[in-house]
Amino acid sequence: MSGGEGNESFEQRLAKARGSAGMDRPPSSGKPPDNSNSNAIRLAMRLGIELVAALVIAVVIGWGLDRLFHTRPWLMIAFVPIGAAAGIRNLIRAVGPGDKS
Amino acid sequence: MAGPSIDALGQFRLTTGLGPIGHAVNFTNSNEMMVVAAGIIIVLFALGLRARAVVPGRLQSLVEMIYEFVRNMCVDTIGPEGVKFFPLVFTLFSFILLGNLLGLFPYFFAFTSGIVVTLTLAIFVFLFSTGVGFYVHGFRFLKFFVPDGVPGWLLPLLVPIEIISYLSRPVSLSVRLFANMTAGHVMLEVFAGFMILLTASLGIFGAVASIVPLGLNVALMGLEVLVAFLQAYVFAILTCLYLHDAVHMH
Repeated sequence: MSGGEGNESFEQRLAKARGSAGMDRPPSSGKPPDNSNSNAIRLAMRLGIELVAALVIAVVIGWGLDRLFHTRPWLMIAFVPIGAAAGIRNLIRAVGPGDKS
Repeated sequence: MAGPSIDALGQFRLTTGLGPIGHAVNFTNSNEMMVVAAGIIIVLFALGLRARAVVPGRLQSLVEMIYEFVRNMCVDTIGPEGVKFFPLVFTLFSFILLGNLLGLFPYFFAFTSGIVVTLTLAIFVFLFSTGVGFYVHGFRFLKFFVPDGVPGWLLPLLVPIEIISYLSRPVSLSVRLFANMTAGHVMLEVFAGFMILLTASLGIFGAVASIVPLGLNVALMGLEVLVAFLQAYVFAILTCLYLHDAVHMH
């Protein structure tokens, strides 16, 4: 590691960007007790459902809008990629750095 | 096959409790367990806090431990404002924990294994945290769905994603608790059913061999106790996280 300062400024900029994107908790909030084993189990149980839940919600919204506007498959199809993206967003929120719960 | 078979889902069947009166008002066994859970919490705390000793006894330290655990969770996750939401989080945590644990006793009904119950709790948490967001920030809370520092032409794509991600919260919150509890109870029942099937079909050899599923069930029981605590904790801490988002908007 030669560029210690450069590294740090990059870390700072990254932290700032992440903070403004809502991907980080503020560092001021106290750290929860780090019990890595139970943390891993908890995380594993959480992730699959996070991914699917957003997709399900998106499909339900698309289906409902289709019924409303009589545009049978199209809005549902349009909402599937949005739901998938929202699922990935949920995952980033769940496993992203700083948010350990 | 005319012999015994495994009816793994029969344990989740709702029946009515409290005799004819309960039957008339559809007071189910699930409701019965909810009342029991709430009663146990109240009695536990009333008894535990009666002494009010400076040096707590066993029951008092148990009660104080639960209290401090949830309180620290609130303050750590939400921030100093978290104290205001402590009663809500504590109620949810203790109710779900007692429900999970009571469900592990034979002949007891696990009310947290019903999607109706968990979804109701989750929707309540969802509406409450959304209400808190609007109460604290007014209509500026809608900015929660608009990520900062994003070029304007991306917003029509990103805002629906954020909204769907937000709407998926009650689903993931409720399905997680429901799925964990249901899966655990089905597994326990299936392995218990193996013992009966083995004994019925293989006679004395089957009875000896059924030590294996029995041992598995013992291990599963330990896992289920862990899951009971874990899921109550996860539900409570996610409630805290959502409240954090509502209060701090990021």
